[in-house]
Amino acid sequence: MEMVDSIDSTASAGKSLPTELLVFSLGDEAYGIDILKVQEIRGYDAVTRIARAPEFIKGVINLRGDIVPIVDLRLKFGIGEASYGPFTVVIILNLLHRTVGVVVDGVSDVIQLGADAIHPAPQFGTAVDVSYILGLASAGDSMVIVVDIANLMSSGEMGLMDAALNSVQA
Amino acid sequence: MTIDLSQFHQVFFEETDEHLASMESLLLAIDIAQPDAEDLNAIFRAAHSIKGGAATFGFSDLTELTHILENLLDRVRKGTMSLTTALVDASLHAKDALAEMLAAHRAGGEADPAGRLAVQAELEAFLPAGGVAAPVAAATVLPAAEAGPVSHQLYLEVGAGAVDSIDSLLEQLGREGEATLISAADPERDVPWVLQMQTPLSVHELSETLGFVLPPDSFHVVDAHIVEEDESFGLFDAIEPPAADAEGGADAGFGLFEPLAAGIAFEEGGFGLFEPLAAAVPGEAEAPAEAVAQASPVASAPAVHRAVDKAQAESSIRVNIEKVDLLLNLVGELVITQSMLVQSASELDAAAHERLLNGVAMLQRNSRELQEAVMSIRMTPIASVFNRFPRVIRDLTAKLDKQVELSMLGEHTELDKSFIEKLADPLTHLVRNSLDHGIETPEIRVAKGKPAVGRLLLRAYHQGGSIVIEVTDDGAGLNRERILGKARERGLAVNDGMSDSEVWSLIFDPGFSTASVVTDVSGRGVGMDVVRRNIQSMGGRVDIESMLDFGTTISIRLPLTLAILDGMSVRIGREIYILPLSLVVESLQPRLEDVKNISGQGMVVNVRGEYLPIVPLAELFEIEDAERRATSALLVIVESDASRVALLVDDLVGQQQFVVKNLETNYHKVDGLAGATILGDGQVALILDVTTIVRNKSSAATLRAMSEIS
Repeated sequence: MEMVDSIDSTASAGKSLPTELLVFSLGDEAYGIDILKVQEIRGYDAVTRIARAPEFIKGVINLRGDIVPIVDLRLKFGIGEASYGPFTVVIILNLLHRTVGVVVDGVSDVIQLGADAIHPAPQFGTAVDVSYILGLASAGDSMVIVVDIANLMSSGEMGLMDAALNSVQA
Repeated sequence: MTIDLSQFHQVFFEETDEHLASMESLLLAIDIAQPDAEDLNAIFRAAHSIKGGAATFGFSDLTELTHILENLLDRVRKGTMSLTTALVDASLHAKDALAEMLAAHRAGGEADPAGRLAVQAELEAFLPAGGVAAPVAAATVLPAAEAGPVSHQLYLEVGAGAVDSIDSLLEQLGREGEATLISAADPERDVPWVLQMQTPLSVHELSETLGFVLPPDSFHVVDAHIVEEDESFGLFDAIEPPAADAEGGADAGFGLFEPLAAGIAFEEGGFGLFEPLAAAVPGEAEAPAEAVAQASPVASAPAVHRAVDKAQAESSIRVNIEKVDLLLNLVGELVITQSMLVQSASELDAAAHERLLNGVAMLQRNSRELQEAVMSIRMTPIASVFNRFPRVIRDLTAKLDKQVELSMLGEHTELDKSFIEKLADPLTHLVRNSLDHGIETPEIRVAKGKPAVGRLLLRAYHQGGSIVIEVTDDGAGLNRERILGKARERGLAVNDGMSDSEVWSLIFDPGFSTASVVTDVSGRGVGMDVVRRNIQSMGGRVDIESMLDFGTTISIRLPLTLAILDGMSVRIGREIYILPLSLVVESLQPRLEDVKNISGQGMVVNVRGEYLPIVPLAELFEIEDAERRATSALLVIVESDASRVALLVDDLVGQQQFVVKNLETNYHKVDGLAGATILGDGQVALILDVTTIVRNKSSAATLRAMSEIS
């Protein structure tokens, strides 16, 4: 099932929610994203810095000939510790015909979801703006925050795409 | 032994395409008042090669038309007829007709003879009255006059070992004419077979035909006429061969057989003049009688030419684009596999698996180089699109009664082959538009105080992350009021407060045309929207700049995704940046006294009396650990749009070709950067947008301010 790229509200999105999630951690929080958006998971290599980019955009890497920007979600949301070592994980995402890598603290799991496993998110404080949250899913005894990664990454605050492109997709 | 000639058709089609193209460009470039002898010969050669090939493969319509064309050209190069614009026009029409026939044959059919006959009549009109009928007849039916049998008497010598059975050869030759065996071969004494042929084919054509049956060096063909009369060869130049003999005159009279050369050649037997593809030889033909007298020097000069031509021809091969694409895909797969290997190898213990890891590292490097090499195969200079425009302009100016001078710049800018193909149509449309709507008729131009001859400039260059192709005319420009009026008429939402660029973009609207008269050149309003759609489908965009009565520039901007750049890599701090080599003037280490601070703002450097602003790239790109003092670093002087600045860098690393990658594919445009590339070690390096940096040379503050505004 292909997830629609833009989902305007969490409540009405029941039918287009992902059925399989990749779970990653940022600090103490567990986040889930639609696994169909994930191209691959790789280690963190040296990046080439881009001048005057926001701090959380680490730069670009060569992914088999493609120039791919790398965003550190830990820096973006101010959680976790932004250190880079052999165990630092980059999730390469394929969104809106673009490729982008995100640095997270770790990748833990892939979980299957039942049809109604995602509950609307209450108004509570997560690092990620609530408008990019599709809901909450429970995996075993823990809870996963389901993020609309396509909307998040293409949002203006990420500064990954030209403003013009954003307005087209809006 | 029978040969299926159809297997060679494709080669013939491609060769003929090339001959036609070179014929056209030569015809267009030729100076009518004082045609260059070498050019005339080249045109003649092209026509002749087409004729030879067409005759071999039995495309009689091609043969017939080229024959007449060849006769005309032969007269011109021999000086018995002078070149006129009308003749050039007619030759161009003939070229078009030939191209049409060729296309028809390629598709397995035959072109409508009406077009050919019209062109044929046009060409024949140039021939002197007496000479009209015979050459045509010569090519089609039978010789008219006694003196000029279209059938030639040829002698053929075939190496004793070259044929298994002389009967099969005779049978084959029998299809081309009447062949009789004169003397049998004796392999023991190395005596060749000698045959006599009575055939409509020329020496040349017969050689080409035989070239498919026999090894090229095992036989040679000589015209009996020449052999018998080689002493009186001078007559050929003195009295122009009668028209009826034109076939003999044109073919035999190539000048292959200057007394000396022919004599020696025939006696020695093994001269290389008769190779099937020796079409370049006619170069000597028009050598005046005096020159023939000094045969050796004249004969040797063209021989050198030919050697050079051949070397050039062999330095490239023709490959189907599908094969290249397949190669590109395979290399892509290889690179992916290789990076998987690298990933698995990285988990191994480096000490225990040193050799394996070294091998993997080498594989990584090689496959990257392979990928780049394969990608560069697809790069083609834009000249292949531009070259069609001299003809387009020539035809259109005649039709529209305008005078236009075309200039082209940057024809060598390379871009991806797939872009080249898709660019042809939109560019043609823009050029036609400029000629039809843009450039005014000479009277109007003069009335406006402009030179009567309009100017059209085609220009291609790399700029920032793109390739820009501009079509500029100095014509009437776009008329704002008229476009707005037309837009209102069509019910578009417009108002008078719109900016110029908003108004200009209205002309991209489907069905929009402000031309008061619809001509068959343009004005039907189907054009500009298609142009824009085509360009957008390539990821590019179209911009218009226009000023009333000063002209219009339409620029097409295409991404450089696959483009290759000659670059210089420089080190700043610990980072590597790439400068386009074409913009680099020099690099130097300045002396202390040459560097001056200007009002505490920026630095300038005195380079041989010229003060250039210094741009500290480290500051511009916020690079730490970089040298900021000009005297202990290097300055790279770059030039763009005729202004120069000195870029302050730490070190020069090297020069090489870089595959330019677009940053915008996955990220967005960054001011001051033209794109990115991948270095030999797999790292990404950023390519500086020197044009923008030069323009904003004052300081990093400007650039920062700019990026904040946008």
